[in-house]
Amino acid sequence: MADPILRLEGVHTHIGQYHILQGVDFEVPRGELTVLLGRNGAGKTTTLRTIMGLWKPSRGRVVFDGQDIGGRDTPDIAQGGIAYVPEAMGIFADLTVRENMILAARDGAPDQARLDWIFSFFPALKKFWSLAAGHLSGGQKQMLSIARAVVEPRRLILIDEPTKGIAPAIIENMIRAFQDLKRSDTTILLVEQNFRFASMLGDGVVVMDDGRIVHRDRMAALAGDPAAQTRLLGLSLDAHQ
Amino acid sequence: MTSAADDTGLPRVKLDYLPALLVPGLMIVAAPLIGSGSTWATLTVAGLAMGMMIFIIASGLTLVFGLMDVLNFGHGAFISIGAYLALIVVVPLAPWFAADSLPLNLAGLLLAILVAMAGSGALGYAFERVLIMPVYGQHLKQILITMGGLIVAEQMIHVVWGAQQVAMPLPTAFRGAITFGDIAVEKYRLIAVCIGLVVFGAMFLVLNRTKIGLLIRAGVENGEMVEALGYRIRRLFVGVFVAGSALAGLGGVMWAFYRETLTANIGGEVMIMVFIVIIIGGLGSVGGCFLGALLVALTANYTAFLAPKVALGSNILLMVLVLMWRPMGLYPVAKR
Ligand SMILES: Nc1ncnc2c1ncn2[C@@H]1O[C@H](COP(=O)(O)OP(=O)(O)OP(=O)(O)O)[C@@H](O)[C@H]1O
Ligand SMILES: [Mg+2]
Repeated sequence: MADPILRLEGVHTHIGQYHILQGVDFEVPRGELTVLLGRNGAGKTTTLRTIMGLWKPSRGRVVFDGQDIGGRDTPDIAQGGIAYVPEAMGIFADLTVRENMILAARDGAPDQARLDWIFSFFPALKKFWSLAAGHLSGGQKQMLSIARAVVEPRRLILIDEPTKGIAPAIIENMIRAFQDLKRSDTTILLVEQNFRFASMLGDGVVVMDDGRIVHRDRMAALAGDPAAQTRLLGLSLDAHQ
Repeated sequence: MTSAADDTGLPRVKLDYLPALLVPGLMIVAAPLIGSGSTWATLTVAGLAMGMMIFIIASGLTLVFGLMDVLNFGHGAFISIGAYLALIVVVPLAPWFAADSLPLNLAGLLLAILVAMAGSGALGYAFERVLIMPVYGQHLKQILITMGGLIVAEQMIHVVWGAQQVAMPLPTAFRGAITFGDIAVEKYRLIAVCIGLVVFGAMFLVLNRTKIGLLIRAGVENGEMVEALGYRIRRLFVGVFVAGSALAGLGGVMWAFYRETLTANIGGEVMIMVFIVIIIGGLGSVGGCFLGALLVALTANYTAFLAPKVALGSNILLMVLVLMWRPMGLYPVAKR
C-alpha cells in the first residue's frame, strides 16, 4: 500500500454546470485489482473518464506514478500507460476485429503470443478475426474491448462495468482472464455492480455515492460483512446468489 | 441478450449493396425517357465525369465533418483558389498547352494540377490553423467564420487576378471527341472519369490498408476512443483537412478546364451540389460520397436534357427522396 500507482486527491469534476465529482479521494495500489462500487449515478464512470482525461478535473489532483496527470490530454494519458474499457465499449463497428486490435497495439503489429493468450479466454475473437466488429454480439464486443486494453502490457487498466448484459459463460472467461492478468502483476481499476464478480476478483474496494468516496476496505473484509454490504450497496452477496 | 451460442454461430453479414445499385438503376430508367441511344451515352458520360469531379471535391469535406464535426462552408475557396493557381502554369506555358504534342500537353496539365494542389493544400493548412482551430466544437461560429473565409478568398482572387472571366483553354490533345459508332464522347470527360477513379482507388487503399486510414475511419466513428487508445485526433484532422483542401484544388482545376472559363465564384457554384452529395452519401462516408456524387451529377445531366426548367430543383428532389428512404444518407456512419 506504500506505493500506489494512482492516487486521486480531492478531485472535483464539473460536466457543464453540473458538479458531479465532489472531492474524490482514493488510491489504486500497484499490482492489485481495486473495485469501484456504487449505485447508479454515483459518479463511477465520471471518475474513470476524469482519470482518462475525457473530463478535466476542476479541482484536486490525479497522481499517476508520481505525476499529476489531471488536465493532460487523453492521448498523453493513454501513452503514459493507461488503457480504458469504456462502459459503452467504444468498438469501431466499421473496422474488423483485427483492425480494432491493430489500432490498440501502439507499438506496431499485435504480438502473436499475446494474441494467443487473449484467444484462449475469448476464442470468438479468433473466429471472427476478419469480421467487421459491428456484427459481433454484445458479449463479443465486450471481449474485443477488453482485448484491446490488454493487447500490450499497460501499467493501469480502467474497466467500466464489463459484465453489464453479458452471459454467465462469458463472465466466467472474463474472471479467468482477469485472474491471469493479476498473476502478471497488472494493476486494474474495475467499476462493477455485480458484487459476486467483484468479490471474486477484488483485492481492495472503494464505494462511491453522490460524487464522493464513502467507504474504503479490503475486498475480503467487505465480502465477509453482509451488514456493511447492505448498508453501503443496498444488497448483499446472499441476495445475489 | 447474449447466449452461449454466440461463440459458435457465425453472425450473418448482410452486404449493403442497395445504394450501389441506384447508379446503374438511374441510368437504366433514364434510357427510355431520353430515347436516342447516342444522346443517352453522351449525357451519361458527361454525368459520370461531372460526378467524379464533385466526388474529388466533396470527399475531403465529408471526412472533415465526420472526424471532428466541423462544418466548413468555406470549402469552395479551395476550389476557386486551386483553379486560379493553375493559371500560374497555364498562362506562361500557354505554348505547351497549345502545342500539338501529347507529352507537352500532359506535362502542362500535370504541372498545373501539382501547383493547384500544393497551393490549395497550403491554404487549407492556414485556414485550419487560423479560422477553424479557435472554433472547434462551436457549429454556429464555424459556419460564420468559414463563410467569412470564403468571401475573403473570393475577394483576394478579384484583387490578384481581376473580376473578369478568364479563359482556361483545354490542352490540344484533350479537345474534341472520340466516336464509337454514332456515339461521340468528349476526350476530356474520359480523362476526368479516369482521374476520379484513380483518386477513389487511392483513397480506398489508404483508408483500408494503412494505419492512418484505419485511424481516420475509427475517428469518424468514435474520436474519443481513438484518443483513449493514445492517438491525437487533432493531428489526424489537420492532415485530413489539408488533403481535402488539396483535392478540392484538384477538383477546381478539373472543373475550370471542363468549363474552359474561370470566375472567382466557381467554387460557390459547385458547392451546392457538394453539400447535397455529402448529405445524400451520409456525413463522414467516403463510399456514400462517391455514389452520391454520381447520382447527383447524372440526375443533373439527364434532367437538363429532359426537363431543363426543373433541372435546378431535381437535385433537391433527389436529396428528399434519398433521405425519405434513408434519413441518415445512403451509408450512415455508425456514431459512438
Ligand atoms: N454528459 C453528462 N452531462 C450531464 N450529466 C452527466 C453526464 N454524464 C453523467 N452525468 C451525471 O453525472 C452523475 C454520475 O454519472 P456517472 O455516469 O458517472 O454514474 P455511474 O456511477 O457511472 O452510474 P451507472 O452505474 O449508471 O453507470 C449522474 O447523475 C449523471 O446523470
Ligand atoms: Mg457508469
